[in-house]
Amino acid sequence: MPKWADVVLIPLISILLAAILSALVILAIGENPWEALKLMVSGALGSTYGWGYTLYYTTNFIFTGLAVAIAFHARMFNIGGEGQALLGGLGVAVVCLFIPWPHWTLALLGCIIGAALFGAAWAAIPAFLQAKRGSHIVITTIMFNFIAAALLNYFLIGALKVPGSMEPASAKFPEATHLPSFQDMFSFGEATLFRGAPANVTFFVALAACVGLWALIWRTRLGYEIRAFGHSESAAKYAGISPTKIIMVSMLISGGLAGMMAINNVQGEAERLVLNAVEGAGFIGIAVALMGRSHPFGVFLAALLFGFLYQGGAELALWTSIPRELIIVIQALVILFTGALDNMVRMPLERLFLSMRRAKQ
Amino acid sequence: MDFATLLQMLDATVRLATPLLLACLAGLYSERAGIFDIGLEGKMLAAAFLSAAIAAVSGSVWLGLLAGIGASIILSIVHGLASITFRGNQLISGVAINFLAAGLTVVIAQSWFRQGGRTPQLTGDARFNPIELPFAEALRDVPVFGSIYYELISGHTILVYIAILMVPLTWWILFRTRFGLRLRAVGENPAAVDTAGVSVVFLRYSAVAICGILCGIAGAYLATALQAGFVKDMSAGRGFIALAALIFAKWRPWYALYACLLFGFLQAMSLRSDVIEGVLGFQVNGQLLDVLPYILTVVILAGFVGKAIPPRAGGEPYVKER
Repeated sequence: MPKWADVVLIPLISILLAAILSALVILAIGENPWEALKLMVSGALGSTYGWGYTLYYTTNFIFTGLAVAIAFHARMFNIGGEGQALLGGLGVAVVCLFIPWPHWTLALLGCIIGAALFGAAWAAIPAFLQAKRGSHIVITTIMFNFIAAALLNYFLIGALKVPGSMEPASAKFPEATHLPSFQDMFSFGEATLFRGAPANVTFFVALAACVGLWALIWRTRLGYEIRAFGHSESAAKYAGISPTKIIMVSMLISGGLAGMMAINNVQGEAERLVLNAVEGAGFIGIAVALMGRSHPFGVFLAALLFGFLYQGGAELALWTSIPRELIIVIQALVILFTGALDNMVRMPLERLFLSMRRAKQ
Repeated sequence: MDFATLLQMLDATVRLATPLLLACLAGLYSERAGIFDIGLEGKMLAAAFLSAAIAAVSGSVWLGLLAGIGASIILSIVHGLASITFRGNQLISGVAINFLAAGLTVVIAQSWFRQGGRTPQLTGDARFNPIELPFAEALRDVPVFGSIYYELISGHTILVYIAILMVPLTWWILFRTRFGLRLRAVGENPAAVDTAGVSVVFLRYSAVAICGILCGIAGAYLATALQAGFVKDMSAGRGFIALAALIFAKWRPWYALYACLLFGFLQAMSLRSDVIEGVLGFQVNGQLLDVLPYILTVVILAGFVGKAIPPRAGGEPYVKER
């Protein structure tokens, strides 16, 4: 099978299958799928306001998607992005609330470090248990998601709560840590673009992370070792690559990336730490990484698609009787077709290409 | 804490442990046959919704139970297709099933009932009602034994008794029948089973189907016995606690019962923080009790307290050599 079919054709067919099934679901609940799609496109892409939300969600999904992708390269399934992003939020809150920052650029740097450290620390324990004790990383990271949620709960009704307030949330971050939104950055004179939308400067950090991860995976010695380990553990061992090191390093990077999502949603949007700040973005990272074939550019495109779906889905819930949960169904179908039922699409296609090649000869 | 409070706590333990036990045994069949299943949560949720919906419409809880089992089996077949027929990644398939159930239940519930993603309240025959065991009333006044029999053993719904009976039945099937021997073999070394002329695909599909039936009962219990109707995300992580219990029990039926009772007891305790405070003399953080099952499982997995070794061929699709 030619490479373009593997990289482009199979994901496209998988998405098409997911889209057809989603359309059937919309039909089954008595709505018009074509109208729904038009509403989603106009709501998510028809105005700079819509784009502002779409790119905000995209930023979240780039971080969590990259996190899952780097773990996939080392043949590990990091299902704990949700918990790592929650902990990243805690890191951002600690950095913003307890250090007096003079300017947002410095605060951004501080928060990147804080978020990445906390996220990486939360991934470190499952990684260590996998590397040294052989405990399955999928199970431990699932368990750590629940533990992280409880931990955040504990801090938000305890140490971080505003005294006298009933709401389980931290205090508002100081003015100097607020990140410039797209509205601040792209409004010239009379024209105000992206009015009120949450997209902010973090989007560019996410793009930089894409480029950085690409360089890491395909242009450095460490990236080569990670890929070698992912393809064959025994061959990597024979070549002198330490499995413990690769498992630890790739999971630390993965957790750090998931944690960095908090710069966008906690520092950039909410400007304080609230309960359940991640809202499932950690799990969407799985769909994004699968669809993007674990390549940073693919992850970017897939994150854009899911950002569109998220904003479009919110518009649907606003204007029609289709509930927001439809997006979860679409997300599930994408994971199912691109991840689990991959061979269902691949096997007939391989046969097709094979018979075409025979016909040519 | 007096005797009556203790009985109340244990009674709540049994009620909360039942869905865990059913889901845990479901996972036991599947994982013993070499199919990892992190989709227990989704199957329970789908069954909870459809059982409550059909029970609400038809007024019969038994029809609801059947519908719930049906919903769960359909998801099981999807899992089987992905992980047996198309040799996909079993973990990813489980994740997809969890999300499919979480999304579809709310979308369909909203479309059918328009009550914000819930089903109508179930009453009368649309619910499983407690059954009184024989002589419970008569023996009630016998000291100690009478109240244990009346409060703790009698007065549960039929599904609770089914769940507990499933434990010896599962033990017998797995360790005393030919089917059970083959099921366990296919989870350890499918090539050997194949060489002996037994179909790996058939065995794995049957294990996945049994898993679907048990998850269906667990889900129906949630919506029609423990509570009266379906609400969004009502499985609330129970599928994952069941998974934790399965690891805790090291994939063995009797230990699964003990693990589920322990985790059920922890859930009952977190509902009654006043009792704990009375006994221990200090307050225990509710969140800590909620996550204790997960923490205990990580400790067990880490192998510091008795190592948990999963079936050897678990998670690996079987490829027949040509």
